[in-house]
Amino acid sequence: MALLEAENVRQCFGGLVALNGVSFEVRRGQIMAIIGPNGAGKTTLFNIVCGLINPTDGVVRMDGKVITGLKPFQIAALGVSRTFQNVSLFPHMTVLENVLVGRHLHGRAGLIGCALRLPTQRREEKAMVEQASRFLEEVGLAEKAQHSAGGLSLGQRRLVELARALGTEPRLLLLDEPASGLNTKETDNLAKTLRRIRDRGITLLMVEHDMSLVMDIADEILVLDFGVKIAEGPPAQVRSDPKVIAVYLGEKENVASG
Amino acid sequence: MVQALQYFFSGITVGSVYAIVAIGFNIIYSATGVLNFAQGEFVMLGGMVAITLASFLPVPVAVAVAVAIVTLFGCGLELVFFRRLRSHSILHMIIITIGLSIVIQELALHVWDEKVRSLPYFTGNEASSVKLLGAALSPQVIWVLGTAAIVVALLQLFYKRTLYGRAMRACSSNPEAAMLVGINTGNMRTAAFGLSAGLGALAGCVISPISMTHYEMGPGLAIKGFAAAVLGGLGNPMAAVVGGLMVGLIEAFSVSVIPSAFKDVAAFAILLAMLFLRPHGLFGRPSGVSVREV
Amino acid sequence: MNTTTRIWPRLAAFAAAAIVIQLSLGAAGKVYYLTQLTMAVYYAIVVMGLSLLMGYAGQVSLGHGAFFAIGGYTSAFLTTHNMAGCRGAAWFDLLDKCGVIVSRKSLYDDTLVLTVAPWLAFIVAVLLTVVIAAVIGYPSLRLRGHYLAMATLGFGLIIHCILIGSPVLGAADGITGVPSLSVGGLAVSGKSAVRVQNYYIAWAVAIAVLVLLRNLVESRMGRALRAIHDSEAAASAMGVNTPKLKLEVLMVSAALAAMAGSLLAHYNEGIGPSESSSFKSVRYLALVAAGGMANLEGALVVSTLLVFLSLRGWFGTYDNAVFGIILIAIVALAPQGPFRQLGLRMNRCRPLYKPGKEARSGAS
Ligand SMILES: Nc1ncnc2c1ncn2[C@@H]1O[C@H](COP(=O)(O)OP(=O)(O)OP(=O)(O)O)[C@@H](O)[C@H]1O
Ligand SMILES: [Mg+2]
Repeated sequence: MALLEAENVRQCFGGLVALNGVSFEVRRGQIMAIIGPNGAGKTTLFNIVCGLINPTDGVVRMDGKVITGLKPFQIAALGVSRTFQNVSLFPHMTVLENVLVGRHLHGRAGLIGCALRLPTQRREEKAMVEQASRFLEEVGLAEKAQHSAGGLSLGQRRLVELARALGTEPRLLLLDEPASGLNTKETDNLAKTLRRIRDRGITLLMVEHDMSLVMDIADEILVLDFGVKIAEGPPAQVRSDPKVIAVYLGEKENVASG
Repeated sequence: MVQALQYFFSGITVGSVYAIVAIGFNIIYSATGVLNFAQGEFVMLGGMVAITLASFLPVPVAVAVAVAIVTLFGCGLELVFFRRLRSHSILHMIIITIGLSIVIQELALHVWDEKVRSLPYFTGNEASSVKLLGAALSPQVIWVLGTAAIVVALLQLFYKRTLYGRAMRACSSNPEAAMLVGINTGNMRTAAFGLSAGLGALAGCVISPISMTHYEMGPGLAIKGFAAAVLGGLGNPMAAVVGGLMVGLIEAFSVSVIPSAFKDVAAFAILLAMLFLRPHGLFGRPSGVSVREV
Repeated sequence: MNTTTRIWPRLAAFAAAAIVIQLSLGAAGKVYYLTQLTMAVYYAIVVMGLSLLMGYAGQVSLGHGAFFAIGGYTSAFLTTHNMAGCRGAAWFDLLDKCGVIVSRKSLYDDTLVLTVAPWLAFIVAVLLTVVIAAVIGYPSLRLRGHYLAMATLGFGLIIHCILIGSPVLGAADGITGVPSLSVGGLAVSGKSAVRVQNYYIAWAVAIAVLVLLRNLVESRMGRALRAIHDSEAAASAMGVNTPKLKLEVLMVSAALAAMAGSLLAHYNEGIGPSESSSFKSVRYLALVAAGGMANLEGALVVSTLLVFLSLRGWFGTYDNAVFGIILIAIVALAPQGPFRQLGLRMNRCRPLYKPGKEARSGAS
C-alpha cells in the first residue's frame, strides 16, 4: 500500500477551481516532486494533505486511513510534517526554540507539569533540547541555536524550517519550494541533505521550480497545470512528455537539458 | 395578538439599529480585517452631537451636521491610528479600537455628563401614534424603519453600481490584486471607516428619541451588532440586516419570558450559540479554509 | 530553557524592593499606603494572568473584570450568606460533618451565622470561574480571528448587568462584611493590625504566580503558546493542538483573575459590581500592554505602580481615560512595551533580534 494516496481531490475558492480532481500516490521511501507553473494548485494540494484546508471534494489517505477532515495537528501526529513556501518560522523565538516546537509531539509535559517544573518535565526538557540540537546539526545550523529566528537570512530560515519539520520525526515530509531563494552552493547542499533524509527512510513530497534539482533527486514527478494532473512518472519519462513540454514551452530548454 | 404585534414592531425597530451597527462592523472588517470595538461609540456620538446641535439648529440640519462630523471623525481615526500603523498586526489594531472605545466614552462623559438625553421626535411627539395592523406605533418607529431601509438600498446600489463601491469590494476580497489594478487601498480603508462611522451616527440620531442617548450605550450596541453580524456571517453586510432584525426580535420577545433587566442575556446567548453551531453565519457555508497560510 | 538559575536573582530583587518599600513607608509614617499597595499587588496577579493569555498566546479577553468579579462575588456570597435556616437539611448536615461550615456571631445581634468556610469558598470561586471561562472560550477559540474578544466583552456586560440587578448579591452596593480568610495562622484581612503581614502575603502570592508562569512560558507548553501567537497555521502543522491549548490558557488566566478577586474580597471585606465593568477589563489590557505584553515581570511592576497611583486618586476623574490613553499610546507607538530594551537586557535568554518584515506582519 502506498504511504499517501489522494483520490479525486477538488478544491474551489469561490468561482476559482484551484484543483480539479487530482489523484496520485506517494510510495514509501521515494522522493516525489510536484511541478507546474505558478497558480497550478501545488501549495493548495499541500494545504489539503496537511489539513489546513478541507477540500471541496475528494479524499486523502495515509496508510490507507482517510485523513481528510482531520485537523493539522492530528495529521501531524500521524507522521506528516511540512515546510511553507513563504517560510513560516516563529520569528520571535530563537532558532533552537523553533526546532523545539517541532519536538512538541514527542513531549508529554502538560501545563501544570510545566508550571511546577517537575523533575520529569526537567528531564524531558533536557532530552528535548539535545534532540533538537541534533536536528540543527543535521542541517548545519548548530552554531545559530541561540539566534533569533527572525534575523536569519532566507536560506538559513529555510534550513531552520527543515530542521523544525524533521524534529517531528515525520514519515512523510512535505517541502514547498525548499530551494527557492537559495544560491547554487546552498542548493547542492540541500540536495545532499534531502537524499540523506530519504535514505533514513523518510518519504519526501516536494514542490519545486528548480528543474535541475528536481531532475537530479526525484524518483517520481507529478506535473500539475491549472489544477489538473497532466503527467506522472520517472524524470526521464516526464521530461520527454509532449504535454509537459507544451506547458513549459518557455522553459523547454530547461526541462530538456535538466 | 396585538401584544405580539407590539413586540414585533419594537423588535424590528431596535433590530434595524443593530443591523446598521452590524453593517458598520462588516464594512470595516472587510476593508481592514479589524473588528472595530468602537463601533457603538459612533452611534452614541451621532446622537450626542445631534442633541447638542439641535438646541440651536432645526433637527434635520442638526442630524445632517452630526452625521457629517462623525463621518469625518471616523476618517480621522483611520488616518491617525491605522494608516500610520498598517504594518502592525491585526491584534494591535483591535486593541487600539478597544482603547478608543473607552477614551471616547470617557470624553463623552466629560463633555456631556452622565445624563440620559434624547433628540426631539422627528414628527409629532411622545403622545402621538400611528396605527399599523392594529398596533399603536410611535411615528419615530416609521422613521427608524424607513431610514434603515433606505440605507440598505443605497448601500446595495453603492456596492453594485458605483465604481467606488466596486473598488471597495475588490479591496476586501483581494487587497493585493486591488492594489495592482491601481486602487488606492489606503483611501479605501479611510472611506470604510468614514462610511461606517457615518452610518452609525445616523442610526444614533434616528433611534435617540425612542431609546435615548447615553455615554455608556456603545459597548452594549457593539455586542448586539456583532451578534447580528455573526448571525448573518461576518463579511456579508446585507445578510447582517437579517441578523440585526433577528437579534432585535429575539430580544423583544424574550421580555415576555425573562425579566427585562436581563434581556441583554438573550443577545449574548444567541452570539455564543452561533459561535458554537454555525460560526460562518446562518446563510454562509463553511469556506473550508480553517487557517490560511501566512 | 535553562532559566532557573537566572530567575532567582530577580526574585531576590523583588523581595528586597518589597521590604525596602515597607521599611521606608514605615519610616516616613505612611504605613497606610501599604493598604493600596497590597491591593495593587493583587490586581497585578490578574494582569500577569492576562499577559499569559494576551502577550504570549495572542488572544484578547475583555472578560477579566468579570472573571475577577465572579471569583470575588462567589467567595463573598458563600462566606456571608447565612445558612442557619438550612439546618436540618441532609446536604447541610453532610457539609457540616465535613467541617466546611463555620459559625460566628452576627455583628448586630447575637444570632448565629452559619456560612461556608472561606477556604472552601475560595476553591469553589476559582473552579466556578474556570468552568465559565471554558464555556465562553470553547466556541470562540475554535475560530480564526478575534472572536474571543467580542464574546468576552458581551459576557462581561452581562455579568455586570446581573450583579447590579441581583438583590441577593447586594445589587449596586455589592457584598460587605466578608470575613477574613485564614490559612495556617495567616489571615487575609483588611484589619490594620495585620496590614504589614498582609502586604507580604500579597507579595508572596504574586511572586509565586510569577515563578509558575515564568516556568510555564519557558517550557514545552509555553513555546507552543508563543508559536500560536507567531503563526497558528505553522504551530498546528507542527502538531500543537491549538484550540485546546488556547482554551487551557484562558482557563488558567481566568483562574488567576478569580483567585485575585477572591483574595481581594477578603482583604477589602467586600466587593462591588464596578469590578466587573468593561472599564476594569480594559484597564487590565492597558496594564498588560504597559508592562510589555509578553513580559511577566513588567506586568507585575507596572501594574502594581499604576494601580497604586490610581487607588491613591492620582488620576482624578480621568481614571478610566488615563488607562485607555495608555493602552492606545503604547500599542500604537511602542507595541513591545516601554521597557523593551530594559526587558531584553534583564531577559538574556531571549537574544536581541531584528524582526524582519515577516516578523512584523506575522500575526496578521
Ligand atoms: N485561500 C485561498 N483563497 C482563494 N484563492 C486561493 C487560496 N489559496 C490559493 N488560491 C488560488 O488558488 C490557485 C492555486 O494556488 P496555489 O498557491 O496552490 O498555486 P501554486 O501552484 O502553489 O503556485 P506557486 O508556484 O505560485 O506557488 C491560485 O490561483 C490562487 O490564487
Ligand atoms: Mg505554491
